[in-house]
This record gives sequence, structure tokens and C-alpha cells, in this order.
Amino acid sequence: MSDEQTFLDKLQARNAVRGDEPTWITARRQAGAARFEAVGFPHKRVEDWKYTDIRSISRGDFELTDNAEFSPATAAALTLPIDALRLTFVDGVFSRSLSDLNSLPEGVSIEPLSQALEANHEAVGGALGRLAGIDFSPFTALNTAFTEEGAVIRLAAGTVVDKPIIVQFLSRANDRPVMSHPRVLVEAGGRSEATVIEHHAGEAEAANFTNLVSEIMLDRGAILSYYKLQEAPVGDLHISSLHAEQGRDSRFTSFNLTLGGALVRNDLVADLNAEGAETQYNGLFFVRGRQHVDNHTLVNHNAPRTYSNESYKGILDDRARGVFNGKVMVKRDSQQIEAYQNNANLLLSDRAEIDTKPELEIYADDVKCSHGATTGQLDEEAVYALRTRGIDEQMARGLLTLAFAGEVMEQVQVDAIAERVELAVAGKLPERFNLAGLVESASALGEE
Amino acid sequence: MASEEMEQLVRREYTQGFVTDIESDTVPPGLDENTIAFISRKKGEPEWMLEWRLEAYRQWLKMTTPSWAHLNYPPIDYQAISYYSAPKKPEDRPQSLDEVDPKLLETYEKLGIPLHERAALAGVAVDAVFDSVSVTTTFKDKLAEAGVIFCSISEAIREYPELVKQYLGSVVPQGDNFFAALNSAVFTDGSFVYVPEGVTCPMELSTYFRINASNTGQFERTLIICDKQAQVSYLEGCTAPMRDENQLHAAVVELVALEDAKIKYSTVQNWYPGDEDGKGGIYNFVTKRGDCRGDRSHISWTQVETGSAITWKYPSCMLRGKDSTGEFYSVAVTNGRQQADTGTKMIHIGENTRSTIVSKGISAGRANQSYRGLVKVGPRARNARNFTQCDSLLIGDTCGAHTYPYQEIGNSSAMVEHEATTSKIGEDQLFYCQSRGISEEDAVNMIVNGFCKDVFQELPMEFAVEAEALLNVTLEGSVG
Repeated sequence: MSDEQTFLDKLQARNAVRGDEPTWITARRQAGAARFEAVGFPHKRVEDWKYTDIRSISRGDFELTDNAEFSPATAAALTLPIDALRLTFVDGVFSRSLSDLNSLPEGVSIEPLSQALEANHEAVGGALGRLAGIDFSPFTALNTAFTEEGAVIRLAAGTVVDKPIIVQFLSRANDRPVMSHPRVLVEAGGRSEATVIEHHAGEAEAANFTNLVSEIMLDRGAILSYYKLQEAPVGDLHISSLHAEQGRDSRFTSFNLTLGGALVRNDLVADLNAEGAETQYNGLFFVRGRQHVDNHTLVNHNAPRTYSNESYKGILDDRARGVFNGKVMVKRDSQQIEAYQNNANLLLSDRAEIDTKPELEIYADDVKCSHGATTGQLDEEAVYALRTRGIDEQMARGLLTLAFAGEVMEQVQVDAIAERVELAVAGKLPERFNLAGLVESASALGEE
Repeated sequence: MASEEMEQLVRREYTQGFVTDIESDTVPPGLDENTIAFISRKKGEPEWMLEWRLEAYRQWLKMTTPSWAHLNYPPIDYQAISYYSAPKKPEDRPQSLDEVDPKLLETYEKLGIPLHERAALAGVAVDAVFDSVSVTTTFKDKLAEAGVIFCSISEAIREYPELVKQYLGSVVPQGDNFFAALNSAVFTDGSFVYVPEGVTCPMELSTYFRINASNTGQFERTLIICDKQAQVSYLEGCTAPMRDENQLHAAVVELVALEDAKIKYSTVQNWYPGDEDGKGGIYNFVTKRGDCRGDRSHISWTQVETGSAITWKYPSCMLRGKDSTGEFYSVAVTNGRQQADTGTKMIHIGENTRSTIVSKGISAGRANQSYRGLVKVGPRARNARNFTQCDSLLIGDTCGAHTYPYQEIGNSSAMVEHEATTSKIGEDQLFYCQSRGISEEDAVNMIVNGFCKDVFQELPMEFAVEAEALLNVTLEGSVG
């Protein structure tokens, strides 16, 4: 039996027990399944998957689950300590008890997808799948076929949300690995402002497969910060597509921070469709052991006078492998655009590997575009300089690694997230905020 | 700038397009094992060479045309191409310029390459390739004195079979890629250079390729071997006459540098780019690769690409020896409907290997240009270093410039840097020059030449002059 058939059989079994649903959903499911069956899982001969082997997924046997039981104590430990509006999913299943949706501010609607569909399926149907269609990748097709649950966030025009909105995905250590195909849908109305945090975490022994599709629509003048903190257990497999569509003068800031997961693949697409739209892509991945992280980003400058800036930093240790593929596409007549892209990588081990490809595809002439990619290691002289100040070697390396990540981390506005990442990168540090000066002086000494 | 001038430039005729009427000994179009046997027999090759060619052909049959490049062209009918064309009477090769067919000399005159003059002035030995057979080689005695072998590859196959057997295909194997396999099966001529141990080649070696007979593919094979501590600088330059049918060119160049050897390979390529609709230009699918086999060896590629309808070319370096270095300097200019997908590969295998890549792309008219490069650092290449700079200049709003740099780094001691920019000639730059009394035309030339300076300074003197002239002709008046 082919790898694809295993998944299609699971789908059929699921469909058999599914209750009535609107016909358009059934039709989409069928279209997704047909597309997936036609193209199959990607392999390494496909340019977009050249460096990432997904056989751990395609050859896996994943169950679907219906219960959202999770130890409250473990959940509490994993949850970001932030006063926030919160939606929680356990292996893709909505958990009301771990969510906090009381006292939603006016103009804000946050609900699980199943509930949104039940309440008014037509309102959701138009937006769902509009940006991330079944032809984007075999995984979006697969997700479309299995779509059941997810998060639907709607902000009315002019709404400014003070509290961050957290969409939390918890992975459970199951007897048999499970899969989930969640959706995230964010519709930010004109001039609305919000911070959304997509957080992945779980029990240490978990080994589940998450296939996420996120669609984010920013209307005119909307400002949205979207954090993705990937702290999934090191056995988890994770595929995600995040598509943003930007209206005039909108600003989309993405933080893609990867610490966990055995295999993590992120596809990010931003469509800058009207003048004044701005995209900021920030990324950091810190992987060890045999972790594999693959970030594919694409910025489409579809309109003149649009701006994008991208900065991705990779830190790889042990036998970890990182992939960065950043593409900036400037369409014909998209004049007077600025697009910058940078990818810097730090290899901490001889067995780690990074494959990076920053691409520019430009069909307009009045543009300012640049990209850069570097790969290197810690400056031994800076390590020495720190050690002469009485800092032990491990700490010195941690500090310098942290300094490397600094450019991206400085942009992080949510302290709880910054602390988690810093802790992972540099180990337990005495104080967060007096480090910068120390590192700076050490680097300066190293340069002398 | 006035748009008429731009129009004028876009419509400019290919000044070096003309056909010299020389009777060619051409086989009918088509490719099968018989064609290959014919070529091999025609060249008076030994049996092993024919076997080698057939092996390549059999591999080629199983391969498909690569489709990953950012190029757009109709499928090529390989059975519609004639695979052999040679000036008549190959046995009666002229021994000096006086014996050369006056029409051929006339061709060179029209190209602005007065062979005798150039040879005398610049001290360059010229192995002139007219279509497929080398017709004249100068300064052979002087080279022989130094022990340098510089001859056509066919001659080398006959005269130095051991060297050829040892090195041919050792850098670019027969089945390396679709076009290399095709070349291995049907190559008709090219140059062979062997510089013995400790010898610095007393002059710069040069071959002028020229495609002439209509509808004939050009399949050159060049093999350069630099023994221990030897040095050589090799120049390759090309122009072609105007033609209506697309002409296929699939050359293979192999360089081998042993311990402490240095090879510098420079190219100026100005083949016919096709008319304003892109019709009739040369298809240039070239595999060029250098093997830094010995420790401390050095290979440097410099190219100025202004011609061809399609360019598919990635001169590469395999940095195997410890402390070996590879360099790639490139200026590529595309105008009209030209398409170029070019770049380099630097494969770091040995310790302390270093590579530098400087690529300058200029795209105008409706042309599309891509830089495609790979820097790979293997797990044993400790302290490998690479610096890459690739800049694109866009002239006009209907062209495209693309960058696809691949980095595959598998060693923590590696330092790899890549930088790329895309911009146009700024209004303020032009204004600045013009306000100081410099004409717009000159200002554009200055800016473009400044943009390419890093590459031009790597070219040997006589090529640098040619390159700058080519660039000015190609782009004059195209900025507005």
C-alpha cells in the first residue's frame, strides 16, 4: 500500500463517522483528497523539498483523536505565563477547560473553527482556503481534506486588542502517534491592531504529526504581530503553511522561532497587494541533536511602493540540520519597492549542516533589493576575552550565541517569549537585561 | 534620455554578423552510433576513443534535458542538427598564415582580430578554431621549447593518448549532465594544453572559436592540465555570424591543476544573440569545471558574457587539494530577448580551501538573467572560506534579474558570506555626472564600467580592452 493510501484510508474512515456538514465542506474535502492523491507526498527531487526528507511523516501511521484530555499541571507548566486570551488544542482537539475566552473585548471574536462553522458556516467558508489553496503543497491539500478544527480570530475594524491572543497547540505522549490538521484563520479589520501568538509545546515523549495551515488577512491599515513559538517535543513532526494577505498600509510582523520538533517545516507567504503594505519577517531557529528545521519564505511584492524586510538567524549544534529558502518576488510594474533579506547561520558542531538559498526574482527596475547569507562560527577571541573576565567557557559561548541571536531577539516585544528563547539558547542566565552590555564589551575586546 | 536612442540601441544590428563562404564537409543532420563512428573515423581516432564516445552516447540516450534553469526556449530537435562540419581538406592543414585560406583571414579581419598582428603584438599563440577543425597554430616552436603542449584535442588524442586517457572526463565525466554527455559523444574539436612540472607558460594561450556553417552544432572539448608548480593563462573568445536558425553550442571545458599549479581561464563570449524577437540566436549550454586536485593549486574563471540567445553556464571549481583556491569573476549582459542562467559552483572538499565569487549582471530590454550558484562545504573542509558578491543592474522596466544562490554548509569552521543587490542606474547618479559637464552617454558608460570594474581588472590586458568595448557597444544609450 502506498504511503498516500494510508492517509486516504484514514480519511475515508473519518468521513464515515462524520456527522452532517455543509455540502461545500464535503466538496472541498474531496477536492483536497483528490489533489493529494494526484500529487502525492513531495520527495527530494522536488526543488522545494530538496533538503528535507519527509518520509518520517509519509511512512508513519497516525491516528486521529477526539479527546482533549491533558494533565492540568503539565499544561500549566507549558503554557506561556502571559495574561492573554487563549485557545488551546490538544492533539488538534479543542480543549475548553484549558482555554480562556472569558471577557472578550468588544470587536473581538475568537472561537474554535468547529464552533464558528456551526454558528455561521457561510461566514467562515469564504475566507477559509482562500490564501492557502490545495495546490500550494501536498500538505495543504491533505489538511484541506482533513479540516475539522482550528482557531478563528476576527477583529472588527478599528479594534485595538491590548492582550495578546494565544493559540496553543499541545502535543500529548500517546500510545500510538496521532495526527492533526488544524487551521488558523485571522481576519484583521481595517486599522485593527493585535498580537497573536501561536505556541506549540507538549509532553516530552510525544511523537505526533501536526499539519497546520494558517491564513491571515490584514485589511487596510491593520497592524498585526504574529509570533510562532515552536517548542514542540523533540519527537514531534510539524508541517505548517502560513499565508498573509496585506491590504493598503497594513503592517505584518512575523516571528518564527523554532526550538523544538524532530522535523519542522514552515512555509511563509506574504502577498503585499496594495501600496504602503509592509512585511517584516523575523526568524530564529536553534536546533540540536538530530533536529531538522526547514524555513521557506516568500514575499510577493504585487503592488508598487511596498516594503519588506527579512532577517533569519540559525544556530545549529550536534547533528542538526537547517534549511533556509527565502524568496523575494517583485512583479512587473511593482516599482519603487524596497526588499531586504538576510540569513545568518552559526554552526556549533562539525556534524551540523545548513543549506541556505536566498532568492531574488525581480521584474521591475526601480527597486532597491538586497540579500545576504552568511555562515560561520563563534569568534574564538571573543570567547577568550570573556574568559579573561572570569566567565566560564560554557557561559561565554552561551552569551556569544545569544549575542548572535540578538538582532532578531531585540525585536521580540513579548518578554515571556524572549525569556524562553534566551533560556534555550544561552542556558540559565543570571539576569536578562544587563547581558547586552557585557556581550558588547566582550565582542569589542575580541575585535581589538 | 530620449527614448529614440533606446529604440535605436534595441534595434542595433549585430555588426559582426556575416557568413564566410567556405565549402564545408558536413554530415547530414541526425545522431546515432553511425554519426559518432563517422566523426571518430574522420578524426582518425583510436578505437578506445570511439568506445568512450559511444559510452557517453548511451548514457545520453537515457537522460532528459534539464528544466530547472530560469530559461524559456522551444525543445531542441537533436536529430535536426548536423554533428560534423570541417573546412575542406583537413589533411592539408596550413603550416603558416600564408597558407591559410584568404577568406578565413578575411573573416578574422572583419572580426577585428588580425591574427598575425595580434599574435606578434601580444605574443599570443593562437589556436584558431574555424568551425570544428583547428586551422592554424602559431608560436608552436616557442611553446615546444618550454615543453608546453598546445594543440587541438584531436591531435592530442592521436599524439598524446596516455595524457588524454588519464585526464579526459576526469573532471566532467561522460554522464555528468545532459549537455556534457552529448558533447562527450560528438565533440569535434577544441584545445588541449599540457604544462609540465615547474613550467610557467611563456605566453598567454588563446583560442578563437567561431561558429560558421549554418545549422551545425558546435561541440568543443577543451582540456587543460597544469602539472606541479606550473602556470598557464588561457583566453577564449567567441563571435558568430548572423543566422536565422538557432545554433546549439554545447562545449565542455576541463581544467586540472596539480600541486601548486595555477590556471587562469578567461572568456569573452559575444555570439549572435538573435534579432529583436530573439530569433536566430545561439543556444549556449556549456559545462566548465576546474579540478584543484593538488594542494595549494589555484583556478580562476573570468568571463564576460554579452552574446547568445540562451546562456546556460556554470564554470565551477572542485577544491580538493589542501589550501587550494577557486575564483569566479563574471560580467553578464543581456539585452533584447536574451536569457542567461549563469553562475558557478565552488565545492570545498579539502582543508583551508578558499573561494571568491564576484558576479555582475546587467539586464536590459526584455532580457532575463539569473545568477545561480552553489557553495558547498564538505565535512572535511576545515576552515573553508567563501565570499560571494553578486550584483544586478536593471535597465528598463521590462527586463528581469534573479538570484538563486545555494549554500550547503556542513562544517562548523566554515565561513561563508553571500551578498547580493539589485538596483538601477540612479537618476541622481546621472544628474551628478551631467551637472559636471559629462554627457549622459558617457555617464552611463562610466557607471556601468564602474559597476563591472571588479571583474574587468581580473582580465588579461587585451581582453579587458575588448570587454569594455563590447560592453559599451551593447549598452550605449540604453538608460533613460
